[in-house]
Amino acid sequence: MPNSNQAPDQISAQEVELLRLVTVGSVDDGKSTLIGRLLYDTKGAFEDQLQAVRKDGGNSNESGADSIDLAQLTDGLSAEREQGITIDVAYRYFSTPKRKFIMADCPGHEQYTRNMVTGASTANTAIILIDARKGVLQQTRRHTHIIGLLGLPHLIVAINKMDLIDYDEATFIRIKEELTEFCARQNIHDLLCIPISALAGDMVVDRGDNMPWYKGQTVLETLEGIEVSGHTDEADFRFPVQYVCRPQTKELPDFRGFMGRIASGTVKVGDEVMQLPAGKKSKVKTIVTFDGNLDEAFAPQSVTLTLEDEIDISRGDIIVQAGKAPQIANEIEAIVCWMGEEPLTPRKKYHIKHATNTVKAMVSEIQYRTDINALTQDETAQELAVNEIGKVSLKLMSPLTIDRYADNRATGNFIIIDSFTNNTVGAAMIC
Amino acid sequence: MSQHKLTQLQELESESIHIMREVVAEFRNPVMLYSVGKDSSVMLHLARKAFHPGPLPFSLLHVDTGYKFKEMYEFRDWYVKEVGAKLIVHRNEDAIAKGMNPQDFGVARCCGALKTGGLLEALENGGYDAAFGGARRDEERSRAKERVYSMRDSFGQWDPKNQRPELWSLYNGRIHDGESVRVFPISNWTEMDVWQYIREESIPIVPLYYAKERLMVERGEHLIPAEKGQFLLEGETPKMVLSRYRTLGCMPCTGAVRSSATTIEEIIQEASVATRSERETRIIDHGSNSMEDKKKEGYF
Repeated sequence: MPNSNQAPDQISAQEVELLRLVTVGSVDDGKSTLIGRLLYDTKGAFEDQLQAVRKDGGNSNESGADSIDLAQLTDGLSAEREQGITIDVAYRYFSTPKRKFIMADCPGHEQYTRNMVTGASTANTAIILIDARKGVLQQTRRHTHIIGLLGLPHLIVAINKMDLIDYDEATFIRIKEELTEFCARQNIHDLLCIPISALAGDMVVDRGDNMPWYKGQTVLETLEGIEVSGHTDEADFRFPVQYVCRPQTKELPDFRGFMGRIASGTVKVGDEVMQLPAGKKSKVKTIVTFDGNLDEAFAPQSVTLTLEDEIDISRGDIIVQAGKAPQIANEIEAIVCWMGEEPLTPRKKYHIKHATNTVKAMVSEIQYRTDINALTQDETAQELAVNEIGKVSLKLMSPLTIDRYADNRATGNFIIIDSFTNNTVGAAMIC
Repeated sequence: MSQHKLTQLQELESESIHIMREVVAEFRNPVMLYSVGKDSSVMLHLARKAFHPGPLPFSLLHVDTGYKFKEMYEFRDWYVKEVGAKLIVHRNEDAIAKGMNPQDFGVARCCGALKTGGLLEALENGGYDAAFGGARRDEERSRAKERVYSMRDSFGQWDPKNQRPELWSLYNGRIHDGESVRVFPISNWTEMDVWQYIREESIPIVPLYYAKERLMVERGEHLIPAEKGQFLLEGETPKMVLSRYRTLGCMPCTGAVRSSATTIEEIIQEASVATRSERETRIIDHGSNSMEDKKKEGYF
């Protein structure tokens, strides 16, 4: 039976916050073992689900995480189980009395860069696995680079298999120093290295007895302590309008509310706001929710705003605070992670979806392609193939209200859609 | 600046509302699949919140197999009226007329005709291009890889190897004529989240979720309801058992669990120490690949 860390009286605690994380690494790094350890020790997997994936078909009396083929638990598709590979991002859920975790588990192979970008895009924290025997590999640099590009606020590097190097502190310190130096150049400011043995359970949930020299937190303690929200408060108010609510009923003949989820910042009744791209100004009259009107709302709340004046606002517009306006652009430059089977090429037209707006765009130039292994830039590149990353200039058929991704993760991104197949073929971060 | 924090349930709620508004804004003719279970109750509650103070901008669709529990039909008709929603009930009358049942035709064929077949028929009749479903990723391993927008071809089929990546909170709703999406606004909710939210928001649920003495037969490890119309095997003797249902499906194929939980609080206590997943009582999930296969054929 899984150990429960949750005393029943703590379950009802209402202060539980949500942390979204992404785990990256290959099976060889012991990633499945780490995830299994977290799921198992926090009761994120049930006995019958575990029973179905026991290596020995469930005949063993052994009931620890070790006897479970954990890849079987996360690899949900038949093709994955047949081929013994992980094809796609799998989402897993576990919780402790303090936090609920949504974990996107990404395959670590190079051809699946798209999955890693997908998993990381919604995450606040990344866990990268390293095999302590091998140290910092090309793969580690690649993963770290992508986490930096996606602008995740926190990175945890779990240096695993410490049991296989006799829990040697010097090796841990050497790897940590090498990573710290690399991360400083990759736009990663909050890096934390933790020596672990996922197999033995050291420093994952429990500390174990093998590394008395390590004084820092375990993986789970770290995940429970990371700042999850608050950082979007400091950003300027951005409210992409999703839907205009006009019930036109007997009770509400004239109600006109703008529905959306606050992408960043806060808004109060009486705030002077501006609709973009047209730039018409008004004041917030009410902040409507099903549970009653609010005086103030903040990201990522879903609310309905009404304004003092009758101004023309429709889906795709963004409401901002007057004076803290984003840019209105007809041309944009962005770092693009390409996911389409057909390469991105100059002069090709696509649809792009940014916030709640979809416009047509044409690739005007590929500025460079990043060699994801050497981390150098090839300025002669003529295309971006699947799983390649580069900087691209786009001309927009109609203007978009944008922020730089570095300034605002919520309004600084967009997806590229193939106009013929309708598939999502690129993830882009505005420069 | 950290006073502005949402609890995890509030954050999940906001995410679900965002998804529903995107669908209503971008699709021509959405519908909400309403199965009468607890997840449907939560989804419907979220929809009311999403479009408040306006009315629900879509109908509810119940694909009825004719094998649901009596209490489910009663609850459905009462609750739908209570919230002022428009309900469409669809039954695969052709298969029902032919006497489709799990006992004689097998569970897979019965589900295929009454649930998947009925659903596809209803979606086609209504010309819906988007259908909300209350599936959660934590329910079953093939669902762990499901997208929020699950693309379906003109036959309603799912291709797990050809799914659109979902980045940030941008959902790609562009489809060709004839294609449709199944949208799962509570993808990121767990069973525990659903129960806690039902408690926080006082959402009504079918009384079958609460324990009481019910007539059951024991079949292997399962407790099978011995209600009118149930198929009993030779030698099975019904007896009263204090029990409840963790999930609700068709009466012949949904098992109960022994339980004395008569309040939401007690159900949450029970779920918090449960060691078996809720879908264990659902016969359709078992077999090597069954959920994935069903989804490929058009099941939600």
